[in-house]
Amino acid sequence: MKLKPFQKRITKIENVTKATCMLLASEIGYEELALVDGRLAQVVKIKGSEVTLQVFAGAEGISNYAEVVFLGQAPSLAVSEKLNGRFLDAYGRPVDGGPEIEGIETETGSTSVNPVRRRQPNIPIFTGIAGIDLNNTLVAGQKIPFFADPDQPYNEVMATVALRANADKIILGGMGLTHDDYLYFKEEFRRAGALNKIIAFVNTSENPPVERLLIPDSALTAAEYFAVNHKEKVLVLLTDMTLYADALAIVANRMDQIPSKDSMPGSLYSDLARIYEKAVQFKDGGSITIIAVTTLSQGDITHAIPDNTGYITEGQLFLRKDPETGKVIIDPFRSLSRLKQLVIGKKTRQDHPQVMNAAIRLYADAAEARTKMENGFDLTDYDLRTLQFARAYNQQLLSVEVNLPMDAILDTVWQLFGQFFRKEEVSVKDELVNLYWKDNDATAISIQ
Amino acid sequence: MTTTTTGKIKGIIANLVLIEPNGPVRQNEICYLSTGAEDEKLIAEVIKISGNTVFAQVFDSTRGLQCGAEVAFSGSMLEVYLGPGLLSKNYDGLQNDLDKLEGLFLQRGKQAYPLNDTQLWQFEPLTQPGAVLSVGDWLGKVPEHGLQHMIMVPFDWQQRFTLQWIAPPGQYTIQETIAILADHNGKEHPLNMVRKWPVKLPLRAYRQKLRPQKLLETGIRIMDTLHPMLEGGTGFIPGPFGCGKTVLQQSIAKQADADVVVVAACGERANELVDIFAEFPELVDPRTGNKLIQRTVIIGNTSSMPVSAREASVYTAMTICEYYRNMGLRVLLLADSTSRWAQALREMANRLEDLPGPDAYPVDLPAVIANFYARAGVVQLNNGKTGSVTFIGTVSPAGGNFKEPVTEATKKSTRCFYALSQRRADSKRYPAIDPIESYSKYTEYPEFAAYMAKIAGNQWLQQVQQLKNYLLKGKEAADQINILGDDGVSIDFHLHYWRAELIDFVLLQQDAFDAVDQLTPLHRQQFMTGLCLYICNKNIVFANFVETRSFFKKIINTLRQMNYSEFKSDIFNSYSDEVNQLITLHLALQNNP
Repeated sequence: MKLKPFQKRITKIENVTKATCMLLASEIGYEELALVDGRLAQVVKIKGSEVTLQVFAGAEGISNYAEVVFLGQAPSLAVSEKLNGRFLDAYGRPVDGGPEIEGIETETGSTSVNPVRRRQPNIPIFTGIAGIDLNNTLVAGQKIPFFADPDQPYNEVMATVALRANADKIILGGMGLTHDDYLYFKEEFRRAGALNKIIAFVNTSENPPVERLLIPDSALTAAEYFAVNHKEKVLVLLTDMTLYADALAIVANRMDQIPSKDSMPGSLYSDLARIYEKAVQFKDGGSITIIAVTTLSQGDITHAIPDNTGYITEGQLFLRKDPETGKVIIDPFRSLSRLKQLVIGKKTRQDHPQVMNAAIRLYADAAEARTKMENGFDLTDYDLRTLQFARAYNQQLLSVEVNLPMDAILDTVWQLFGQFFRKEEVSVKDELVNLYWKDNDATAISIQ
Repeated sequence: MTTTTTGKIKGIIANLVLIEPNGPVRQNEICYLSTGAEDEKLIAEVIKISGNTVFAQVFDSTRGLQCGAEVAFSGSMLEVYLGPGLLSKNYDGLQNDLDKLEGLFLQRGKQAYPLNDTQLWQFEPLTQPGAVLSVGDWLGKVPEHGLQHMIMVPFDWQQRFTLQWIAPPGQYTIQETIAILADHNGKEHPLNMVRKWPVKLPLRAYRQKLRPQKLLETGIRIMDTLHPMLEGGTGFIPGPFGCGKTVLQQSIAKQADADVVVVAACGERANELVDIFAEFPELVDPRTGNKLIQRTVIIGNTSSMPVSAREASVYTAMTICEYYRNMGLRVLLLADSTSRWAQALREMANRLEDLPGPDAYPVDLPAVIANFYARAGVVQLNNGKTGSVTFIGTVSPAGGNFKEPVTEATKKSTRCFYALSQRRADSKRYPAIDPIESYSKYTEYPEFAAYMAKIAGNQWLQQVQQLKNYLLKGKEAADQINILGDDGVSIDFHLHYWRAELIDFVLLQQDAFDAVDQLTPLHRQQFMTGLCLYICNKNIVFANFVETRSFFKKIINTLRQMNYSEFKSDIFNSYSDEVNQLITLHLALQNNP
């Protein structure tokens, strides 16, 4: 944001709160940017000549006689191929010691894609993680968050997914990222030799919280540039959206808005939808896929942030530690990819949908058997077999450490079916059973 | 009414603007805001007038808007255009034709006329000069995708008119005069085929409203058999995210036996609309042989589109429904989701600094919802024919908790309740409609009972009641087994449990993605219900619960294979034989151990 001549300057601020200040000015555009004592701010309310500014870095130390310069434009980002491999802050300024980005200044937070210009997503993204590829297949143009407790390795899993996803571009939007995690992402990307296709917009936990509000818009503006102008498959990683929503709540609170559920602003749904709806499959091949992280507080998904997110995104992925095997798994019950129906059995083998459902049904039977066991009831032979199946299923398929191609995943499930069950117990269409059933032979029993 | 009121903006808070007008202004009047850019006019609706300040909600982004900008008031409320050519169109919440808008991205302040003024339609008159006509009467008709699109006397003409002239059969554009009517003063009024109507007012022009009585067949077993929706009925589908609300709504949109289906995507995902764009032009309506898109109108105001237009979108959709209803057609409106509409109301109430009701929603929310659902119904038109608007809305309760204002208000205003259950969804029992918690009040209507007896036989509703009893007993048995353990209860409990499981797996669960299973016509539902009841009523004795489970698992598996097979095909019949063999075999063993 460079200063230009003839910009409006004001040197008297009427009132200052933690994140906003109000002053008297005229001919100011809504959502216009300003510099307050050198700090970036944005117009959030105009009432007559009273203009309220939200100061991204916080208002600490701002004097009521500070100089305010209006920039006459909404937030923007310089986009060009020079973004490749760069690490930037919330304002789009380099933090990697490299030169300023040169490019076309593009307004961020633009309008949405005309729905009739979208194409139905139908290109699966394979990650090698069976808990995703088998049960929750991802599709280019999808938006999906990890719902995770703070102690779970969500950033690690997300980095793995990103690097295996075969995207043309990976754009990381880090909000309130710890400095350690920031370095982790950088190192992972470097080790994978992927730095040339990475762009990162990072606000670490050391930076002021309200600055986070700029991150998704910047990351997605860059994503739109590469997906529209270069027809690239862009993968956007947003972590952590809960901290983003917390920043929204801070601003709403400062503006005296009546809070709705869980002290969140009443517009939370629209605010989050504006970001996630940027995920798109264009007709000419370019796409934006968004994988986000929403941290939960003690697994509570009824809190307003995960709840609104769930209604917006196309599914959600839950991580869980399996107590028996000690593996971190993708929870097959609570996880869901809504777009999987567009590709499974169509872009993957025909037995995929039924195999997936049958395995989850049997896994559910195992969960019931476990409850029975814990309550001290006798287990039937069937119960015992479901428990054995669940253990093998966790270990060989659901664990996030698994890295298998799609057909091998399906073959593994059939092998487990044959090992533990009779044909009628899996309840799969007969024609598929006839094609793929693997009888329990000696070689199949290789489970420890 | 024409006005020349103008004004100036004196405040901007997100999509709420404060305007100082220089003349009279009406509540809900539409006004246009200048942004300074050429041919960019932002549309806004007056939502409050206080002293010399007018509050208006802007149906677009207010970025860059300045105090002092010019405002022009239109003198009319938000209106839609009604005429031939609405079917198979994709509109936004303000009825802009999305296909006509240029560019990949929606541009602010751009409008696209919803109809086509140059297309020719084959008009056929239905009245003679000299006829005395009143509001809503049919003047003539044009064919539209296999339907008879009636051209009607305007809906705000509240007196009697005499037809002076009507166009002979032939090809006309919608703008050409096709009739001239004279009022009681002899003043002549020429009419073309386009009507306009303010969306927030119900379009009436009918003789009387009737009680619904006819089943609206959806091919979804748990609805048609257990909790039927009726033509002209109201219902809603609340459920936490991930329970299959959208899949269920899309199944209904595809399969319901209606003449016209209006889908209002209100604040939901754009990709769900894209599913419809991609699939409906390909899918064939089995009843007419037409493509599904030909009977469908889509109102798409997805979640990232301007919030205030979300509110308008449901009214726009309803008005289009009422228009087709007045042609004597059976119209189905699906709105996904009415919670997003309520949230749009909440956002605005918040900016207006209204005193909040529960969960910060506006206090009049229940009244707004009730008024809206009341626009559905079966009506008898002035010419004696009937038409109907069936309305099914989805509700997205916060945290999946049905004790929240939108769910509660909607429950009071609707007759069918399709509760989606997290537990059923978790165990992949789709559609996840809870069979016991859900209800259809219409099953208590004597006229519905009479209608079903006529189309499905006298015993049908008794059979349905039997199913419900088995389901209830099964639930009680499941609770007991959970508490006391498999061995802690008598074998009867296991039998109750498995009978309910059989009904659940075979009748209630249905694969929305399987080409055969997704749509079950009523006669096939009757056949399978009969078969399931035959098995449940059979006096089968088991030695222990393991045997019970093994028997039922086998028979459920075979019955499900029947669901996946073409009705009465060879393979279907062979599975049916297999079911009988399983029973015979068991009975033989039971009698001669």
